[in-house]
Amino acid sequence: MTLRDVQVGQSAKVTKISGEGAVKRRIMDMGITKGVEVYVRKIAPLGDPVEITVRGYELSVRKADAEMIICE
Amino acid sequence: MGIRIALAGNPNCGKTTLFNALTGSNQFVGNWPGVTVEYKEGKYKGNKEVTIVDLPGIYSLSPYTLEEVVSRNYLIDEKPEAIINVIDGTNLERNLYLTTQVVELGIPVVIAINMMDVVEKNGDKINTKKLSEEIGVPVIEISALKNRGLKEIVDAAVKAGKEANAQSPKHRFNGSVEHALAHIEELCLHNINDENVQRWYSIKLFERDEKIQEKLGLSSDVIQHIENDIASCEKELDDDAESIITGERYNYIGTIIDGCVKKAKKGMTTSDKIDQVVTNRFLALPIFAVVMFLVYYVSVTTIGGWATDWANDGVFGDGWHLFAIGSADYNDAADEFTANQLIVDGYDLYVEENESEPTGDFEYPVEDEETAAVEYETASLEDYAEAKAYVESNEEPDPAEYGVWIPGIPVFVEAGLDAIGCNDVVKGLILDGIVAGVGAVLGFVPQILVLFIFLAFLEACGYMARVAFIMDRIFRKFGLSGKSFIPMLIGTGCGIPGIMASRTIENDRDRKMTIMTTTFIPCGAKLPFIAMVAGAIFGGAAWVAPSAYFLGIFAIIVSGIMLKKTKLFAGDPAPFVMELPAYHWPTLGNVLRSMWERGWSFIKKAGTIILLSTIVVWFCTFFGFVDGAFTMLEEDQIDCSILAGIGKALAWIFIPLGFGDWEATVASITGLVAKENIVGTLAIIYGASGDVYETMRAAFTNASGFAFLAFNLLCAPCFAAMGAIKREMNNTKWFWTAIGYQCGFAWVIGLIVYQVGSLILAGQFGIGTIFGFAAIAVLVYGLVRKDKYNN
Repeated sequence: MTLRDVQVGQSAKVTKISGEGAVKRRIMDMGITKGVEVYVRKIAPLGDPVEITVRGYELSVRKADAEMIICE
Repeated sequence: MGIRIALAGNPNCGKTTLFNALTGSNQFVGNWPGVTVEYKEGKYKGNKEVTIVDLPGIYSLSPYTLEEVVSRNYLIDEKPEAIINVIDGTNLERNLYLTTQVVELGIPVVIAINMMDVVEKNGDKINTKKLSEEIGVPVIEISALKNRGLKEIVDAAVKAGKEANAQSPKHRFNGSVEHALAHIEELCLHNINDENVQRWYSIKLFERDEKIQEKLGLSSDVIQHIENDIASCEKELDDDAESIITGERYNYIGTIIDGCVKKAKKGMTTSDKIDQVVTNRFLALPIFAVVMFLVYYVSVTTIGGWATDWANDGVFGDGWHLFAIGSADYNDAADEFTANQLIVDGYDLYVEENESEPTGDFEYPVEDEETAAVEYETASLEDYAEAKAYVESNEEPDPAEYGVWIPGIPVFVEAGLDAIGCNDVVKGLILDGIVAGVGAVLGFVPQILVLFIFLAFLEACGYMARVAFIMDRIFRKFGLSGKSFIPMLIGTGCGIPGIMASRTIENDRDRKMTIMTTTFIPCGAKLPFIAMVAGAIFGGAAWVAPSAYFLGIFAIIVSGIMLKKTKLFAGDPAPFVMELPAYHWPTLGNVLRSMWERGWSFIKKAGTIILLSTIVVWFCTFFGFVDGAFTMLEEDQIDCSILAGIGKALAWIFIPLGFGDWEATVASITGLVAKENIVGTLAIIYGASGDVYETMRAAFTNASGFAFLAFNLLCAPCFAAMGAIKREMNNTKWFWTAIGYQCGFAWVIGLIVYQVGSLILAGQFGIGTIFGFAAIAVLVYGLVRKDKYNN
C-alpha cells in the first residue's frame, strides 16, 4: 500500500520510500522516513495534493509523490 | 577583529524576525551571485564588529535545491566564525534534522530555540540543559518576537567564534556506516586537516553527492572505490545510502526528543481551527476567491490604482490636489468647460469645411483621449449659442483655484528650464527623456508597495502556502506553481507588480516560468490599444476584448507546456513537498520591511534599464533628418524621425504577419516605452491624413489587424516590466531568453493569425499560408512531444 491509498482521517506507518533523486531526498528530509507515523488530514479542494501530519507538523504532498511512500 | 555569524534554520522558524531584531536598520539586501536567492547581511546592533549573515531558510544541506546549495557553499567556503542555528521550539523534531548536519561542518554552532513564548503558552517543557549535553553545543531559549534572549544568543555565538573550537558531532551512525565513512576518509580526505570537516565530506560522499565529488575533484578510480564501500554497506542494511543517513538522523533525533521534551496533552490549536475552515473542502475556494478579490481590489482597482495614477499623472504629470481635495469639483468644472468648448470648436470646424454657417443641427467630433476614437454628436443652434455664451463668460478652470494644487515634477522642471533660457534640445532631453524615464521607474513604486504589503502579509501569516496548496492542481500542468496564480491575477492590472509577485515562488523553475509568461495577460495599459483595434478595424466588435484575454491565457498554457519540455527547464522534476506552516499574526515591522526591500530593489535593479531605454526611444522619436539636415522634430514629424528609419528598416520582419509597414512597426517600438503609447503613436501617424480610425481601417485587413493586436499583446512588455523581469531573473542570459521567447512566440502567433485568417476570410493562399500551417505543426509538436528531459 502507498500513502496515496490511505483514506482521509487515517494513519499509516511508513515502511519504505521508493524512487530516487531530488523528490525522494526532499520527502525524507521533511521527516518522512522509515518507521514514522503519518496521518492523512485532508485533500485539497480540487482533489490534489493531500495534507498530511508528520512529526507534529503539516505537509502538503502531491498524490503522484505520495505513491513513492510505501506504507502499512 | 570582526566576527561573522551565520543564521541557519528552517523556513518559518522566525529567522528573519531574529535577523531584523539583531541588526535593526543596518542591513544590506542583495542576491547571492548569479542566482535569485536573496542575500542578507547586517551589523549587530550591540557591537558593530559582529556581522550577521542571514542564510536562506532550508530544511537540509542536500545538493538538490538552490537555497541549500547556496547555504552550504557559503558555510564550507567562507567559513563564518560561528553559526546560530535557529530552531522553532514548537517543532523541534524536524528543525533538529538540519542541526544534525550543521554541527558536522567544523564551525562552532550555538542553538537558538525560538518561539519560546509560544512553547510556554502551549504548556510544553524543553529541557535545554539536557539538549545541550546531548548535541554538544550551547542551547539558548529565545523569542525573537518578544526580544527575549537576543543578547545571550549573540554573546554565546561570539564567545564560541572567538574560541574557534568547533564541537565534534556526538552523533554516530550504525557501525557499518561508520566503517564505510572511515574508509572514505582514509581514501581521499586525509589531506583535509580538520577532522570534523573530513567527517562532513565523508558523509556527503557516502550519500553520493555529485556536487561534492566534483568539488573535491575525485578521479573516477576513487569514486569507484568509494562506490564499493557504499554498495556493501547498502547491501548489509538493505536500503540506499541517502535513506540510511536520513533515517538514522531522524531516529537519533527521536531519542533526544524523548529525553528532553515534555509535550502537554492538547486538543486542536488555534491554527488547526483556522485551517479547518480556510482549506475546508467546500469553503476553501470561496474564501480563496474573496482573498484574491481583496488583493486585486485594493492593490489594482482602488488604492494601488490611485497610487499609480497619482504618481504617473500627478507627481510625474501636470500636478495634483493635496489630499485630493477639490479634484472632483475641478474635474466637473473642467468637463463642463470642455463639453462647451467642443461644441464651439465643432461649429467653427463646420464653418471652415462648408464655408457657411450651419442652418440647423450640426455634427461635431468628440475624441476619446485614451483610444483616439472619434464619435460624432449632434448639437442644435441653441446648444451652440449656450455653449458660446458659456465659453465666453467663463475662463478655462484653473486647478489651483479648487484646492491646494501641487504642480507635477515635469511642470516644475519645465518652468525652471524656461527661466534659465534652456534650449529646446536640452529641454526635451531633460523633460521627455530623463524626467519621463525617472517617472516610468518611480511611477509604479507606490502600487508595488501596496501590493507587497499584501504579499508580505499573506506570506507571513501562512496563507500563501495554502494558495499553492489550493491552486497546485491546475498550475502544475503548465510547469507553474499554485502560487503563480497571484502574479497572473495582478498582471491583469499591471505586469510590473505581477512579475515582482513571482518572488513568493520558492521553486526556481516555477518562478522563471511565471516571470516569462505573466505579461502575456493583457495589463491595464494594453486596454486602450485593444479598444482602438476593436473600434478602428473591427467596427467596435464586442468579442475583441475578451479574445485578448483568451489569447493571453492560451499563450500561458501553450508556453508552459512547451517550455516545460525544453532543455531550458530540464532537470529533476521539482518536488512539491511543502510545509504548511501554522497560521500566525505577522508583525507590522516585518511586513513593512519586506515591502520596502522589494520596492527598493525594483528601483535599484530595474531603474537603469528603464531610464536608459526611455531616453533612447525619446531620442529616436524626436530627432531625424528634415530636408537633409539633422534636427529636433515636432511631434507630428515622426515620419522623419530616426525611429521611422528604424521602422522602415525592420518592417520586413512583419510582412508575413500582414502589417509590414513602418507605421505599425514604429507604433510597436513606442509601445515598449509604455503600451498605451501605441495608441498615441498611431493617432499621430494616421491622424496626419484625416480621421485616425478610417486611415487605420484602410491600412489593415481583419486578419492583419488581429495579427497586429496579437503580436503587440504577446511580445516583449514595456521597458518597466522588462526591468522587473531583469531584476527577478537576476541573470542576463535568462533575461534575454525571456524577452526573446516572448517576441518569438508573439511573431509565430501573429503569423498563424494572419495566414490562416487570410485564407479563411479572403481565400488568400500562398507560400505564407504554408508557413502558417507549418508554424501550427511546430506548436502542436512542441505541445505533444515526449518530454525527454523529465520523466
